[in-house]
Amino acid sequence: MALLELRNISKIYHLGGEEIRALDDVSLDIDAGEFVSIIGPSGSGKSTLMHILGCLDSPSLGSIKLDGTEIGKATQRELAQIRNRKIGFVFQFFNLLPKLNVVQNVELPMIYSGVGGRERRERSVRSLELVELGHRLRSRPNQLSGGQQQRVAIARALVNDPRIILADEPTGNLDTHTGEVILALFRRLSEEGRTVILVTHNPEIAAVTPRKIEIRNGKVATKLGEKLAGLERRPTPVS
Amino acid sequence: MLLFNTILIGLKEIWSHKFRSLLTMFGVVLGVASLVGMSAVIKGMENGMKEAMVAMGGADKVLLRSQPVPAHQDHLADQAPGRTMRDVEALRRSAPLLRLVSPEMALEEVTVTRGDKSIQPGECAGVQPEVLGMNLHTLEHGRFFNEVDEENASAVCVIGVGIRDVLFGAPEKIGVEINPVGERILLNGQPFTIVGMFVRYMSEKEAKERLLAKQLSKTEAGPSSGPKRQKGWERKGGWAFWSKNSTVYIPLNTAWVRFRSAGDLSGVPDPRLSNIDIKVRDLELLEPALQQARNVMMLTHHGIEDFQFQTQENQIESIAKQIKNARLSGGIIAGISLLVGGIGIMNIMLASINERVREIGTCKALGATGVDVFVQIVVESVVLALLGAITGVGASYLLVDFLIVLSPTSNTPVITPVAMVLSVVFSAAVGVVAGLLPAIKAARLEPIQALRYE
Ligand SMILES: Nc1ncnc2c1ncn2[C@@H]1O[C@H](COP(=O)(O)OP(=O)(O)OP(=O)(O)O)[C@@H](O)[C@H]1O
Ligand SMILES: [Mg+2]
Repeated sequence: MALLELRNISKIYHLGGEEIRALDDVSLDIDAGEFVSIIGPSGSGKSTLMHILGCLDSPSLGSIKLDGTEIGKATQRELAQIRNRKIGFVFQFFNLLPKLNVVQNVELPMIYSGVGGRERRERSVRSLELVELGHRLRSRPNQLSGGQQQRVAIARALVNDPRIILADEPTGNLDTHTGEVILALFRRLSEEGRTVILVTHNPEIAAVTPRKIEIRNGKVATKLGEKLAGLERRPTPVS
Repeated sequence: MLLFNTILIGLKEIWSHKFRSLLTMFGVVLGVASLVGMSAVIKGMENGMKEAMVAMGGADKVLLRSQPVPAHQDHLADQAPGRTMRDVEALRRSAPLLRLVSPEMALEEVTVTRGDKSIQPGECAGVQPEVLGMNLHTLEHGRFFNEVDEENASAVCVIGVGIRDVLFGAPEKIGVEINPVGERILLNGQPFTIVGMFVRYMSEKEAKERLLAKQLSKTEAGPSSGPKRQKGWERKGGWAFWSKNSTVYIPLNTAWVRFRSAGDLSGVPDPRLSNIDIKVRDLELLEPALQQARNVMMLTHHGIEDFQFQTQENQIESIAKQIKNARLSGGIIAGISLLVGGIGIMNIMLASINERVREIGTCKALGATGVDVFVQIVVESVVLALLGAITGVGASYLLVDFLIVLSPTSNTPVITPVAMVLSVVFSAAVGVVAGLLPAIKAARLEPIQALRYE
């Protein structure tokens, strides 16, 4: 059984009588431990797909199973819990809270899962050390460079030890070099056994991942090198 | 979700919009300041009235007044006896529902003199020892009159501390407490020996100030330390206390023999008393007690009703009414201010969540539930209201100081803890209510819309 199972997913928007199919009958599986990129031109529905994968949005039609649980049947509260425990998000615009400093930003997901103060601090510091920002705990987001901010966001995504990392254009706002640093981080996470899903319109970035899912006009176009990628993948047992 | 963090985040949010938050809080500050300030003023009024009431002899004191003979007895007016010792004796003997009957023969236009100093006492009267219980007097030095003084119409007197201050010097001016017992003074030229002096009657506020002044002068020991206070205390603490402190009492018989029997202004001896004050045994039994007294008096006055009773009920009622009215108007003002403050907070919270749609979306993506977001917004609103409330309590102290400067009376406003707690609780409630709508709005935001929002 795959970690994520999408069956006949459609997302339909109605704009003044006109029907926009942001996703059109998408079915796909993503296994635990996979390193996947979702690629496609602007407006093709990549972000929509990622939001549905991350339980931030619900499809108009079709069903998703995450780790065996039917998402369509989950309550808002359960969805919040899934986002909190099982999924780590990294956004194009970092989405750090500007009034909180670096550690406090990283602590946020643990506040929602009710982790006590001391443990929370320890875990966020560890997570920040992982992205080599252990020395900037007290900085405000606006005192950091773009690359540093994205690393804080990654530390925040990791802090609750989620199985899935979802990143929407994580390098979209960074220069090439910084982007590579961030990509390297994602690769390392994947090697640690996490499921990493990158959304990008940049084929160079997509080239880094063993599996690519190409989206065009809301449909899965081809599954480039899927079989091959699947074979090359390190068989990491994920608990 | 941990409340401490929620509050911390709320404080940060408020801090990041200092000026805006300050303006928003202003309504609550005004509301709380007026609530606490008003209740302080009312409490001051209440205290002042109660103290004055006690100074005048307490709530159970009934004045037995004279009144013109009623119309239908007009032809008997010549025979109206007025209030005399006969009435007093009769009441003492035959009206068991009365606890005290105190006769008074007031002396008008008396000047008390000692050496080159003189004063017109607030009250100068011939009395019997019942007056102590009647007017709630306490002796500081010496003794009160006894039967011998009464019998012999001795030339003795008991004075209030205000008289001593004028004739012998006030302790805060001359630095020592003088005991005037045994000294001689002149009452309208007749020598009297002081046998006793009452304690100083004062409002709680004055008592505190005196204590403070005493401690200050102790710590600042030395005769020439700092400018001396020139203002006396004589008039401080209101008329009721001043008048009580400048009392001169002499035995009733003395008043009769030495001042009245020689004739009043028109040259006729006048045995009538100027006052008969009574106290009932039990305020609950006020009506029957007065009925009893009236019956006795009707007998001694041969059915001529040239007297009436005046109780303090009316005063008590009017005090209660005044206080109630003041409470009501204060409450309305505070209520409106708090309402306006609440609307301000709601407004600013709505604006704030509009600005923070992305942040809220991010929090939801990180696992915040609707309840988490709801609590966050409500807490912020409450924190805002409470900051306003605390500032308001501080402002109310300034307000009260200002009021004192504006109109220094004995009714010093007193800030009560109850008012403070109450206003803070009210403000918190206002914060909760004001935060509800914005919080519901924020909690309902779809995470995805929140994230896409530019
Ligand atoms: N709330 C919405 N209402 C109407 N249409 C929407 C809405 N959200 C997305 N769409 C449409 O759905 C389609 C897919 O949008 P999506 O954001 O997923 O594209 P994308 O592949 O992420 O593009 P980009 O690379 O520019 O981020 C677009 O045509 C967009 O206009
Ligand atoms: Mg997109």
